[in-house]
Amino acid sequence: MAWSFGKIFSKLFSTARAVEAEDWENLEDTLLQGDFGPSVTDDILAAVHAVADNSATLDTDDLRRILGEVLEERLARFDPTLTLKSSPGQPAVVLVVGVNGVGKTTTIGKFAKFIATRGKRVVVGAADTFRAAAVDQLATWADRAGVDIVVPQHEGQDPAAVAYQTVERAIADGHDVVVIDTAGRLHTKSGLMDELGKVKRVIEKLVPVAEVLLVLDATTGQNGLNQADAFLEQAGVTGLVLTKLDGSARGGFVFAVQDQSGIPVKLVGQGEGIDDLTGFTPHVFVRQLLD
Amino acid sequence: MAVFSSLSERLTSALSSLRTKGKLSASDVDGTVREIRRALLEADVALEVVKDFTAAVRERAMSDDVNKALNPAQQVVQIVNDELVGILGGETAQLEFAKTPPTVIMLAGLQGSGKTTFAGKLGKYLKAQGHTPVLVACDLQRPNAVTQLTVVAEQAGVAIFAPEPGNGKGNPVAVAKDGVKFAKQKQFDTVIIDTAGRLGVDEDLMREARAVRDATSPDEVLFVLDAMIGQDAVTTAKAFQDGVDFTGVVLTKLDGDARGGAALSVRGLTNRPIVFASTGETLDDLEQFYPDRMASRILDLGDILTLIEQAQKNFDEDEAAKVADKIATDSFTLADFLDQLQQIRKMGSMKGMLGMLPGAGKMREQLDNFDEKDVDRTEAIIRSMTPLERDNPKLLNGSRRLRIAKGSGMTVTDVNALVNRFEAAAKMMKTVARGGTPTIPGMGPVPGGRVKAKALPKKKSSKSGNPAKRAVENSQAAIPSGGSFGLGASPADPSDDEMETMRKLIERGGL
Repeated sequence: MAWSFGKIFSKLFSTARAVEAEDWENLEDTLLQGDFGPSVTDDILAAVHAVADNSATLDTDDLRRILGEVLEERLARFDPTLTLKSSPGQPAVVLVVGVNGVGKTTTIGKFAKFIATRGKRVVVGAADTFRAAAVDQLATWADRAGVDIVVPQHEGQDPAAVAYQTVERAIADGHDVVVIDTAGRLHTKSGLMDELGKVKRVIEKLVPVAEVLLVLDATTGQNGLNQADAFLEQAGVTGLVLTKLDGSARGGFVFAVQDQSGIPVKLVGQGEGIDDLTGFTPHVFVRQLLD
Repeated sequence: MAVFSSLSERLTSALSSLRTKGKLSASDVDGTVREIRRALLEADVALEVVKDFTAAVRERAMSDDVNKALNPAQQVVQIVNDELVGILGGETAQLEFAKTPPTVIMLAGLQGSGKTTFAGKLGKYLKAQGHTPVLVACDLQRPNAVTQLTVVAEQAGVAIFAPEPGNGKGNPVAVAKDGVKFAKQKQFDTVIIDTAGRLGVDEDLMREARAVRDATSPDEVLFVLDAMIGQDAVTTAKAFQDGVDFTGVVLTKLDGDARGGAALSVRGLTNRPIVFASTGETLDDLEQFYPDRMASRILDLGDILTLIEQAQKNFDEDEAAKVADKIATDSFTLADFLDQLQQIRKMGSMKGMLGMLPGAGKMREQLDNFDEKDVDRTEAIIRSMTPLERDNPKLLNGSRRLRIAKGSGMTVTDVNALVNRFEAAAKMMKTVARGGTPTIPGMGPVPGGRVKAKALPKKKSSKSGNPAKRAVENSQAAIPSGGSFGLGASPADPSDDEMETMRKLIERGGL
C-alpha cells in the first residue's frame, strides 16, 4: 500500500541502543511536528514516561514499542465501525460535511465506489449548490464509481431540497445507501452552519441520518479541533474522514480531535485514485506512524 | 492544566508574578518564553520556526535595556511582537508588474488550498485597478476544475482562456504557453495561470508545474496556502520553493478562526513575502496582507499591543522623572496632578484603557460602572483653582472652596473630598517613594509595597452592591482607599490606574 506518510518515528530510533535524554527531546519534537499539538504531546510523553520509567533497562526499541502501545490505546478508545444498516424503503443516509477544500467531493466519489463494490446500490446527492462546478465534479466521480446521482433542478437550488429529493429517489428506486455532498463551509460562518442543520432536519423527515461524516484534511493543524467542535454541535457529526494522508502530513491532530470530541475516525483517504479510501484501523495507523 | 482561551490570558497569568518586579530575571524570561512557545505551537507555527523565534525573544529579553515606559510583562510582549512583525515582513508587499505587458502570474499550491477561487478574486481585484486580466485554465487534473474556473471568471467579469476540457486530458504546459500568446494577441495586460493542485511530495506534478513556469517565465509565482495548515507547512513550503521557487505567498481561508501560524512558518523558512490575504466566499473578499495585523492574530495579543503602543507614544519620560522627583521631595501639587491626569488621558479613554488591560474581564462590572465624566469633574475642580491654590492646597479656606465649587459646577463637599484625598494620597505616595510600607485602611501594611496597585481592583469589588450602602462606604473612604483622587461619590473611579501610573513613576525615578 502506498502510505508515503508517516515514517516519522522511523528515523528517530533506527537502531536499538540505550535511551538518552536527547531521545525524549527528539520524541517531543517529532510529536509536535506531526501536528499532535502541545497538549496531546505532553499527555503522550507523560504516558510513555509512566511505563518507561518503571523498566530497569530501556533501549530505543522498548521506547518505540511503548509509544506504539500508548498511541494505539488512545485511538482504540473509539469505535471506527461505520453504521450503514438499511432495509427496503429505508436507505442508510450519509451526510458529508467539512470546510472548504478538504476533499469532500473526492471522498464521496471514493466512498460511493467503496460501498458499491460491496454490493450496495448507491445514489449520491449533489447538494453543494454553492461552489462553481461542484455538481459537475461530483457527476464525474459518480460516473467513475458507477453510481446514480441526483443533481439540483436549477442553479443555486436550496441544498436541503436537493438532499430531500435524493433520499426520495433512493426510497422510490430501492437504493441501499444515500451519500449527500454539501458545500464546504468554514465552521465560523454561523449562517452556513445553520443551513447544515436544516439539511439534516429535512432529510430526517423521510429517514434518520445514519452517519454524518466530517472530512478533515490531514495537513490541517490545531484548527482541526475547532472544526470538529463546530460541526459536531451544528451537524451532529458521527465520524471523521481523514484525507490527503498520501502527502507529507501526519494528521496527528486527530488524536486531539478524537479525545476532545469523542468522534471516531472512520475512514482514511490517501490518494487521488478512486480506490484510495480505506476503513480506519488504529493498529494499522499506528504502525504507519512507527515503522 | 488550566485552559486559557488566549495567549493574552496565559501570558497574563505567567507574568503576574513578574509584574511586581523591576527587572526580568532569567527564570522569568524562561517561563514567559515557554508560554509563547506553546502559544505559537497551538497557532500551528512550524516547530523549527518556533525554536528560532523563542531563542531570539529570549536573547533580546535578557539583553534589552529596561524600557522605561513599560512594565516587564509589557516589555516581553513588545519584544515578541517586534520579532513577529520582523519575520512577517515590515511592509505590505506589492505585486510586481512586467515592464512590457502581459504580466504573467502563476498560481501554485496544494489541493484544496483555494487556487481557483483565488484566481477569480485576483482577476476581479486587478480589473478594478484598471488592468485587463485573463485567466488561463491549466488545472487539467481535478475533475471539472476548468468548468469551475470558467464560472469563476464569469462571476468576476474577466476573460478566460480554456482550450482544454481538463479531467485528465490535455497538456497544461501547452495551454499555459498558448495562454500567454493569446494575451499578447488580444492585448490583455495580465495573465493569471491556474495550475493543478499537488502534494508537496508529488514529484511528477511538481515537474509539470516547473515546466509551466519555464514555458511562461512568470513575473510572479504565487504560492497559495491554506491558513489552516499545520506543521506540514514546512515540508510544503520547502517543496514548492525548491519546485517552482515562488515569489510571493497568498494566505487563504483567513475568514475562519485559524490563527494562521503558517504565515510565520512560510516567512521564516522561505523569506518570501505574503502578498494577499483571502478572507471570504465572495470574489470581493481579497485583501492585501498586513504583517502587523497577522502578528497580533497569531498570538492573539492585539489589545495589549494597542495599549503598549499608546503608552509608548504618549508617555513623556522627562515629565515622568520630574513628577517622581516632586513626589519624593514633597513638592507634588494639584497642578502636577492635573498634568498627570492629562498624561493618562492622552492614552485614550480611561474605560477603553482599562478594558485593554489583561485580566480586565474580571473587572467587567467595575468597568461598566466607571464614569468617564469623573475625570472631567476632577479636572474641572482643579482648573477652577488659581495657580497659587493648586501649588498650595493649604490656602483653600471656606470662601475659596465655595468659589471653586461654583466655578466648576460642583458642590463644596466634592471639593473637600478631592482635597482630602489628594493630601492623603500624596502622603502615601511619599511613603512609597521613600521605600516605606504604605497602609491601606482595613488591610494593614501591604507586603512589598509595590504590589499595592495590583491588589486594588479586588478591593473595589468589595464595595457594596447596594447604592445606599455604597454611598456610605464611599463617604467613609476619605482616606484614599484606591489611591483615589477622584470624587468620593463615584462607585468606581479611575484611581487604580492613576495609582499604577504613579507607582511606575516612582519606581522609574530610581528611588
